[in-house]
Amino acid sequence: MESSNLFLLMLTLGAVAFYIGRSRSLLVAKPLGGIRHLHSLPNYYGLNALLWCALPSLIILVLWLIFDEPVINSIIMGSLPADIAPASLADYNLLLNKISNLADGIMSSKGQPASLIAVADSMAGLRVISQWSLTALCLILAVIGLYWGWYKIAAEFRARQSVEKVMENLLLGCACLAIFTTVGIVFSVLFESIQFFRSVPFFDFVFGLDWSPQTAIREDQVGSSGSFGAVPLFVGTLLISAVAMFVAVPIGLMSAIYLAEYSGKTVRTYAKPALEVLAGVPTVVYGFFAALTVAPFLRDLGADFGLTISSESALAAGLVMGVMIIPFISSLADDVITAVPQTMRDGSLAMGATHSETVRRVVIPAALPGIVAGVMLAISRAIGETMIVVMAAGLAAKLTANPLESVTTVTVQIVTLLTGDQEFDSPKTLAAFALGLMLFTVTLLLNIFALHIVKKYREQYE
Amino acid sequence: MDNLPKIKRSLKRRSRSETRFRWYGRIAIILGLAAVFTLFVDIISKGHGAFKATYIQLEVHYDPEVIGINSLTDKSLLMQANWDAVPKQALRNSFSDVSGRRDKRKLYKLVSNGAGFDLKDRLLANPDLFGKTETRWILVDDDIDTYYKSWLDGEPYAARLSAKQVQWIDQLHQQGQIRLQLNTNLLTRGDSREPEQAGIRGAVVGSLLTLLLTLMLSFPIGVAAAIYLEEFAAKNRFTDFIEVNINNLAAVPSIIFGLLGLAVFINFFHVPRSVPIVGGLVLTLMTLPTIIITSRAAIKSVPPSIREAALGMGASRYQVVIHHVLPLALPGMLTGAIIGMAQALGETAPLLMIGMVAFIVDIPQGFTDPATVLPVQIFLWADSPERAFIEKTSAAIMVLLSFLLIMNISAVWLRKRLERRW
Amino acid sequence: MSEAKTAPQKTIDVSSQSKQDLQVDVEQATVGVPFCENPKMSMRNVNVFYGDKQAIHDVSVDIAKNEVIAMIGPSGCGKSTFLRTLNRMNDTVDTCKVSGNIQLDSDDIYQKGLDVVELRARVGMVFQKPNPFPKSIFENIAYGPKIHGLADSRVDLDEIVEGSLKKAGLWAEVKERLHQPGTGLSGGQQQRLCIARAIAVSPEVILMDEPCSALDPIATAKIEELIEELSQNFTIAIVTHSMQQAARVSNRTAYFHLGKLIEVNPTEQVFTMPEHQLTEAYITGRFG
Repeated sequence: MESSNLFLLMLTLGAVAFYIGRSRSLLVAKPLGGIRHLHSLPNYYGLNALLWCALPSLIILVLWLIFDEPVINSIIMGSLPADIAPASLADYNLLLNKISNLADGIMSSKGQPASLIAVADSMAGLRVISQWSLTALCLILAVIGLYWGWYKIAAEFRARQSVEKVMENLLLGCACLAIFTTVGIVFSVLFESIQFFRSVPFFDFVFGLDWSPQTAIREDQVGSSGSFGAVPLFVGTLLISAVAMFVAVPIGLMSAIYLAEYSGKTVRTYAKPALEVLAGVPTVVYGFFAALTVAPFLRDLGADFGLTISSESALAAGLVMGVMIIPFISSLADDVITAVPQTMRDGSLAMGATHSETVRRVVIPAALPGIVAGVMLAISRAIGETMIVVMAAGLAAKLTANPLESVTTVTVQIVTLLTGDQEFDSPKTLAAFALGLMLFTVTLLLNIFALHIVKKYREQYE
Repeated sequence: MDNLPKIKRSLKRRSRSETRFRWYGRIAIILGLAAVFTLFVDIISKGHGAFKATYIQLEVHYDPEVIGINSLTDKSLLMQANWDAVPKQALRNSFSDVSGRRDKRKLYKLVSNGAGFDLKDRLLANPDLFGKTETRWILVDDDIDTYYKSWLDGEPYAARLSAKQVQWIDQLHQQGQIRLQLNTNLLTRGDSREPEQAGIRGAVVGSLLTLLLTLMLSFPIGVAAAIYLEEFAAKNRFTDFIEVNINNLAAVPSIIFGLLGLAVFINFFHVPRSVPIVGGLVLTLMTLPTIIITSRAAIKSVPPSIREAALGMGASRYQVVIHHVLPLALPGMLTGAIIGMAQALGETAPLLMIGMVAFIVDIPQGFTDPATVLPVQIFLWADSPERAFIEKTSAAIMVLLSFLLIMNISAVWLRKRLERRW
Repeated sequence: MSEAKTAPQKTIDVSSQSKQDLQVDVEQATVGVPFCENPKMSMRNVNVFYGDKQAIHDVSVDIAKNEVIAMIGPSGCGKSTFLRTLNRMNDTVDTCKVSGNIQLDSDDIYQKGLDVVELRARVGMVFQKPNPFPKSIFENIAYGPKIHGLADSRVDLDEIVEGSLKKAGLWAEVKERLHQPGTGLSGGQQQRLCIARAIAVSPEVILMDEPCSALDPIATAKIEELIEELSQNFTIAIVTHSMQQAARVSNRTAYFHLGKLIEVNPTEQVFTMPEHQLTEAYITGRFG
């Protein structure tokens, strides 16, 4: 039976179980004099039956679907006859695809070697067996579960407790999904990166100065250069981020100070949301703006002044990225500044300090941990930003500190490496994962450090 | 007091410093607002033109001989019929003085490549037109469209036109047979290589399907996780670990999620690329931290007195949550979900990684049809060299921003309307 | 203006004292000796509004040079508000409006051209809850002199800091840890730090808003000692909840009731033979 139909069948059986369970509990209750003599409400007995019926079978269904194909594939590929055994990893995947298509009937079997057809047939056979056993297993589990749930119904049976225990575990599972995601990220990125570091040594990658990821398409193209020195990427990323911070920190901080300390109510009610709009604009829009408006404008402006500004300059991309980050810094700074107790300001004002002196010498130093943390988070954001740089920054890795030139960043390279037509396992695509690992680690460290700063220095003025 | 003269001397300098400081603040805000203003003005000025397209008026004769079929019922015949001949003939009739193959080819370039198919659709919808003639407004080619719009603006861009074509357009304009009309293609068609036929409908539907999936997955899971963490979790290191993970995930760059989707969903689980399912899964993982954090805040805001009252009545912890806490926290959770969806709508980078970048012409019908999303469509069009795509990209951006605006406003409205003051 | 005004005597009918009699007659002027010769600060017909609500009603009083004047009264009677008009700290509240005439020596402190910065250098303030800056002890004291440009060199600054700490009676306790955070001190020490900070700019008047209400009795006693010493060089206006404290530290006492100044008299007289019935009701504990 098809998986989706099986799924629906399980749900229906579950509904039936609920109904049966509930009815039985009512039946049990009647001679006792009413449902108050039952431990739990009838619905809980029904739910209990539903869970026993549907949950085990659904779990089996999901697990089976996940592991079905990998298991079948390894069985088939593990016992291939010698004449069609694959010579390399690329051939392995190709062969697997071929067998799979033959088994599905998508590809016609005309002209294929007999052993291949036989293998394909056995795969098709395995799949059918798998499907039937799954259906049988699920049905059996469902029926057993239904019976068990029905059987357990009695006045003293603590159905509610049982249901709530299952619920609690379900909730826990959902909460653990966050951990699984992190684990998934770490594992997948790490795994692929380790494979990468087998072909390109770690130190060459992290400290190498030459980034030109042209590798052999086929294995026998030995000797074609592919240097994966990522330093130009790091420098490019830092350059653009620095330009962005140069724009965002002064504007963000000063506007937060002005809005928090000086502005009247009307200005604050309108200007604050207006600045927050910048946070809601998707980055692809910023990228478009950067590539089609800001970059040409800067290039022409530079020409007027006799400077050659590249049309993919770090300045253009950094400028627009800075604009995007302004609300980030501004709202974080606003929060910490307004959190400084008024009595501190009063103490300074009462001494005859001007408002700006109070802000500069008392309020900002008091809010500094929060502001620094905010800036670090903003840097983390800038480093990880993708679309603006993909659309407005260059592709050629250049080692320079001049914002008027075109540079490339880590994120741009990840995108370029992975949206090509490359085989998944070639060093080129694996390099993307290695870059991803660097990116993830750096942003993680920045975030942890930012949090640590806030925690450590917060108690100083409370 | 002997300090007084010293103090008086410092006053002027300090007062100047104060004024300067205030000006720095004002300038900062002005710069920020100027950025917002420039961005919007730029996009709108570039994009508003795309909602109208240029059409020319021609006499169309649905001549069976020209088309090459004699009935409209046989499907296979319809496929092979020569639909392009209809607009070509109409053009020849309008400009009877044009001769020579080269000139004629230039003439045919006045209308869009798809004009023939548009006429076919019209004929099939109105079969009684078969064999008859009617006056019809036909969509022009994108080069003509660009030229005409730029000519109307006062800065004609005729680089891609020949002198004769400019002349013909001028002639049409004199005769009142060329005008701007509402561009239906933009909102009803999917992507296309030809700018004048390209629309965002495919991308919008793709976005909708992906977002729907994201919402259906991330909201229940996120709320469940938030309930667990707030109401049931013991204060131990494991719970702390979960919290640390959530806070970190909220700050991970989105492209990393793309890598995760690529490595795990596509490579390991063999979910097909480019379908809303995988997009939805990746976006779910991305929005989950946001929803968990906002839901937790909503749950925290429910006062403990209500919980205590319910517990005092003999409700179990679950009943307290389901019957009391959840309904009261729901507005805050919904607001958080809308905001999370708005963020997901604008995401591009992770979806590029998992392949929703293909050139997809058909409008996706379900979760397993290949699709793209609006931000990716914008990204793809931004790369195209034709000038007409600049206009279209900006228009698509306007549509995207309007969706986001609606979502954010509804979130704010929802929060204001359902907020309770404890 | 410098003559002592005597108010019309009102017979106090002890037998018929009831809550209703505690209503204040709008027309009645302040009893006692609100005014004096050559006052340091003088206030005439001061009204303070918070939006539509009137907090201070037509208060007129003088503060003499080097005197300690205590302001007492039940909660919410406007004493803190009144104190804050004296150094224009009420300016920080948007809805606050002050009318009337307040003069420091002979300068109207609410006149248009007056720089409030200079005013607050001449009239210092100590707050109810100690509020040292999140800086070192040294930096806390040095703050005022630095911003007003009072120290020409580091040596000068050191001298000012040491002098202020000595005057505040804190030097011995902190001289070994001048560069540690001010927030690390105990409550009483923090308040003395704030007093030292206020003294460091050599103000002419020091306003104290219930300076001991957040402190323990021993710290309170230390500060009361300090106030006595300080009064030799500074004019002090202190708001206090504690009548005993007022009795201990002040020369004159002013009694406020619902925003009006009821009576100003030498402290001893206020606490033994108050002129006004309301004052008597307050000090005998009938309310407040």
